[in-house]
Parts: sequence; structure tokens; C-alpha cells
Amino acid sequence: EKTRQSFSVKLNDLIARYRKVDEDFFEELEEVLIAADVGVNTVMDLVDELKMEVKRQNIKDTKEIKDVISEKLVEIYYGDDDEEVEKLNIQEDELSVILVVGVNGVGKTTSIGKLAHQLKQEGKSVMLAAGDTFRAGAIEQLDVWGGRAGVDVIKQGEGSDPAAVIFDGIKAAKSRNADVLICDTAGRLQNKVNLMNELAKVNRVIEREVPGAPHEVLLVLDATTGQNAMSQAKTFSDATDVSGIVLTKLDGTAKGGIVLAIRNELQIPVKFAGLGEGIEDLQAFDAHAFVYGLFADLLEEDAE
Amino acid sequence: MAFEGLAERLQSTMKKITGKGKVSEQDVKEMTREVRLALLEADVNFKVVKDLIKRIKERAVGQEVMESLTPGQQVIKVVKEELSDLMGGEQSKIAVADRPPTVIMMAGLQGAGKTTTSGKLANHLRKKHNRSPLLVAADVYRPAAIDQLETVGQQLDVPVFSKGTDANPVDIARDALEQAKEEHHDYVIIDTAGRLHVDGDLMAELEQIKAVVDPDEIFLVVDAMTGQDAVNVAESFNEQLELSGVVLTKLDGDTRGGAALSIKAVTGKPIKFAGMGEKLDQLEPFRPESMASRILGMGDVLSLIDKA
Ligand SMILES: Nc1nc2c(ncn2[C@@H]2O[C@H](COP(=O)(O)OP(=O)(O)OP(=O)(O)O)[C@@H](O)[C@H]2O)c(=O)[nH]1
Ligand SMILES: Nc1nc2c(ncn2[C@@H]2O[C@H](COP(=O)(O)OP(=O)(O)OP(=O)(O)O)[C@@H](O)[C@H]2O)c(=O)[nH]1
Ligand SMILES: [Mg+2]
Ligand SMILES: [Mg+2]
Repeated sequence: EKTRQSFSVKLNDLIARYRKVDEDFFEELEEVLIAADVGVNTVMDLVDELKMEVKRQNIKDTKEIKDVISEKLVEIYYGDDDEEVEKLNIQEDELSVILVVGVNGVGKTTSIGKLAHQLKQEGKSVMLAAGDTFRAGAIEQLDVWGGRAGVDVIKQGEGSDPAAVIFDGIKAAKSRNADVLICDTAGRLQNKVNLMNELAKVNRVIEREVPGAPHEVLLVLDATTGQNAMSQAKTFSDATDVSGIVLTKLDGTAKGGIVLAIRNELQIPVKFAGLGEGIEDLQAFDAHAFVYGLFADLLEEDAE
Repeated sequence: MAFEGLAERLQSTMKKITGKGKVSEQDVKEMTREVRLALLEADVNFKVVKDLIKRIKERAVGQEVMESLTPGQQVIKVVKEELSDLMGGEQSKIAVADRPPTVIMMAGLQGAGKTTTSGKLANHLRKKHNRSPLLVAADVYRPAAIDQLETVGQQLDVPVFSKGTDANPVDIARDALEQAKEEHHDYVIIDTAGRLHVDGDLMAELEQIKAVVDPDEIFLVVDAMTGQDAVNVAESFNEQLELSGVVLTKLDGDTRGGAALSIKAVTGKPIKFAGMGEKLDQLEPFRPESMASRILGMGDVLSLIDKA
């Protein structure tokens, strides 16, 4: 975005189209948010609250409701937290272990490649562990990313025990004094109990081998995913202690609005946004820019 | 989100209106509100939901209440009929070219399941139809995409055509077709790289491949967990490629799968197969009826209504 208008200025644009706060206004607001995959319940609650507030304060003019809306949306996302919790938890002088989890095809392996590159640019020594021993070509894929980022990949053959690979990775990372070990895992749908147990086991191995680890468990969510992302966040949080989300494929037209509800209900922040297939296409998540994005279509239509 | 089935949600609404002779406008309004929420929670696109609710209202208001059904059940029946109509009744088959080989081209967003589904289709064609397919590795972009397809080919013992990552996907497709003719394969399945529907260059590449191999089937592979954006994706791919069908993957998960409805509504193209797991034999014919029930989260209630 060329001009970084403030959140409220953008909302102002949206709201300027309506002179009155009426049913149409609320209907359009509701549709915009639902179209962005913001949780249906979150949207309904938000709109109900807004309607109540409008009644209470006897608001007639859309300009006045602008502040209320922006307040509420940011409140839904941040809750009572400070705005600065999205930083990655990397230890200063000891090994940090990052476990990357998620359903099939969301972008785990790619995000690991990008993250390894980013951390290396920051001067960290990084290693990867090829914990997806199941999917065809998964190890080769991580290997290519390791090569691109210029970091070592610890791997075993296809079909070997993921926990054993991760164990190996930790041993190697310790002996080579690496700063960060990032562990890839196979994609798994959250309703597969066996696979979720396998993940819990991998997590236990990491806990056992490195005190305080895993320092981050990153759940990768595909922005194209709808309401099911909430169920993913819940179930993966049960199996591991998910500490942050990587929201991928935001370079498409999907908005990934469900992370608002996930943050609100489960207090899991988004830490990174994936914006393409290239090694540089990973950015720190900017909640404000994200919330603008939810309204982007409406604003564009407006500009036409 | 613990999904409450629509049936349970309608119960309380229905209690208020049992014992009535006719379904009133107010009854329908209250019930369609629940239906709307259920559909949105299932990720059916909001525009599709809007149209659907309008039709349901028109049909449901003023109906005589049947003896065997409560007004609530009656509304559900209308909903189900509308959904099933929308999903399309017929179960589709894979095309057969007049002169072999039959060419199938796979397309879709990144990570949707194209490569896996290519393998599954090859397996299906060989096992169920006794065909001899050739898999074609036309994804030269994703790291190890060719390795992935080659591994799949090995697992199935199906040959894989590849020219490495330096070749152009259009040339790969053309040469693969040549080879398939020479070697008398009767199916050619072209695995393409994942791409965004708004990526002009990569979408043009698909159009070129299409022009060169003249596919008998162009399948859009869609992740069943897709949300509201499914309509944009399906509409764009269909406009640019003129799809022949859709494969919905990852239906072995706990998603409601409303994307199925959205895609059908905007493209009119049949959903031909459902991916039901990561293994290469986990491909099933798509069943529109049971998908309608799944979206509403209410298989049992619907089968009761069927009997009524
Ligand atoms: N456009 C876009 N594509 C992405 C992004 N992140 C990943 N991808 C693509 O999505 C596809 C799947 O990515 P992977 O990294 O293999 O996903 P995964 O979660 O490791 O997949 P499995 O290991 O099979 O579960 C690949 O084609 C990636 O190039 C992103 O931010 N934007
Ligand atoms: N559970 C489940 N997983 C599936 C299904 N179909 C594909 N997958 C998984 O989804 C992930 C992505 O599948 P791919 O076949 O690599 O997807 P793709 O569309 O070729 O991905 P790109 O080439 O990167 O665009 C892999 O982990 C597959 O094992 C399915 O029906 N069920
Ligand atoms: Mg992976
Ligand atoms: Mg592929």
C-alpha cells in the first residue's frame, strides 16, 4: 500500500457512503465481514453490539458510529493485550526450537524455508529437521528450501519415525551450537486422532530434550480456509501449545478473517503473514493493515 | 467450533409453532434465519445463501402442514430439496476421447491437492477401468514437485513423464502427449503447478497448455475447507479455462464443505470426485445428496424426512 492511511481514516471512507445508520448499513457491514471469512458468530455479535450501542447513544449519523466500529474490531483482535506480543520467542544464548504444525497443504514447509532465510539474515545459525516423513517428496522439498536459505537439513528416509527425526535434529543442533532449529511436520487433518497423537509425541520429545522448548509452536493457516480454521486452531492447541499463527496465501483474494475470531476466542496471535511463494514473501503480521484489508473490496468499489 | 446441527437449532424455533395448520410467514422467517446461519457457518458463499433463502421463503410460506411433518421439518424438506437441486443430481463419469488418449488437465490453487489427486485418478482409471494412464509432471515451480509426482508414480507403478524443471510446462505437455500416443497410453493426466486465479501470467500458461493438448477434461481441484473465496476462485478458473468438472479434496476432515455449494452455484460444473484421504486409493465419486446433508450437519433428520 502506497499511502498508509490510518485505520480510522479508511473506515471513515467506508462509512462516509452512508448518511444514516440504518438496516442497510448494518447489512452491508455484516456482508463485508462475512465475505472476509470473519467468524459468523463474531460478526453477528459485533453487529448486535453495534446496534445496541447505536440505540444507547442514540446515534443517527454514520460518522459517529465510525469510532465505535473501529474500537470494537481492534478490541476483538487485541483484547486486553498489548499490541507488541507478535514477536518470535527466540532465546539469546541457547538453542530455540520452533515446531511448525497444520493441516495438509497450508504452507508449512514453504513458511519454514522463508523463516529460516529471515532468521539467517538476522545473523542466527539455523537448522531444519525434516519431520514430514510421510508425504511423497516432502523431504526433498524441505531440502530444496534448506539449500535456498543456506541452512542444514537433518533428515532420515521416507517412512521413518518423525519423533526420531526431530530427536536427531535436536542432537545435531546442540552439537553444532545452532541458535534455532525449525521442525517441519506432515500435514494432518485435526480430526485424525492417531496423527494428532503422533504430533503430541513429537512435542513431548522436544520438551524432554530441551528445557523450555518448544519455544514456539507455529500453526500454519491458509487464508483461503473458512470457518474450519477455528476447529484447526482448537484441536492443534490441544495436541501442542500453539503460540502463534502463520497466515499464508494472503497474496490471493481471500482475507483470512477467521483469525479475528481465533484471536478473540483462543488468544492466539498471528505472528507472520505469507504473501507469495518466494523466499522473501514472509512478513511480520500487521494487524491494522489486516483489518483494512477486510474492507478493501468495499473501498475499491467505492473508488470506482 | 462445536457445530450444532441445524436440526437441533431449529428445535427451539419449531416448538413455538407446532400444531399449526399452515406455515406462516413469521414461522418461515424465524426458521430461515437459522438456516441462513447454518449455511454461513458451513462456508456457503453469502450471495449464494441470499438467493437460496429467498427461494426457500417463497416456497415454504403458505404450505399446508403435512400430517406427518412438523412445520419445522417441512421447512427443512424444502431446504434440502433446494440444496440438492443446486448441487445437481447426476453422478458424473470421466470423459473418454473418441480417439485415445483422453487428456485430463488438473488446475487449482496452491496446496489444493492436484498432485495427489492426479495419482488417485491414475490409480482409479487403471484399477476400476483397466486403463493405462501416463502422469505428466508439468509443475516446474514448486520445489520437489516432480519428485513428488515421481514418487507417487512409483508407488502406483504408473509411468511419469518429466523433462526436469528447466523445460517449459507447455512444451512438457505437448511432448507428453506425443509420447502417450507412441506408447499407446489411453489417458494422460497433466499435473500443473498451483497458482492464484488472479495471477495473469500463470493463468495464461494454463490457457496455452489447454490450446496445445486440447484436454477432454479440465478439473479444478478445490480444498473442501475453502471459505467464502471459493466463488472467486471457481469463477475465475472457469472463465479462463472453461472447466469440465471439479474435484473436492480433504473431505475426510470435519469441515462442513459449503464451498461445494458455492462452486456449483457459480460455475454450474459438476463436482465429479471427492478426495477422502492422503492415500492414493482414497478417491470417491462425489455424492451431491449426502453433501447437502453434510453442509446442513443433519444426515439423520433428513433421512427421516425422506421416509415421511
Ligand atoms: N501464493 C502463495 N502460495 C503459498 C504460500 N505459502 C505456501 N504456498 C504454496 O502452497 C503450496 C503448499 O505449500 P507447502 O509448504 O508444501 O505446504 P505444507 O503445509 O508443507 O503441505 P503438506 O506438507 O503437504 O501438508 C505450495 O505450492 C507453496 O508454494 C503463500 O504465502 N502464498
Ligand atoms: N487428508 C487429505 N489430504 C489430502 C487430500 N488430497 C491431498 N491431500 C494432502 O494435501 C497436501 C497437498 O496435496 P498436493 O497434492 O501436494 O497439492 P497440490 O495441489 O499438488 O499442491 P501444489 O502443487 O503445491 O499447488 C498433501 O499433504 C496431500 O497429502 C485428501 O483428500 N485428504
Ligand atoms: Mg510440508
Ligand atoms: Mg502439486
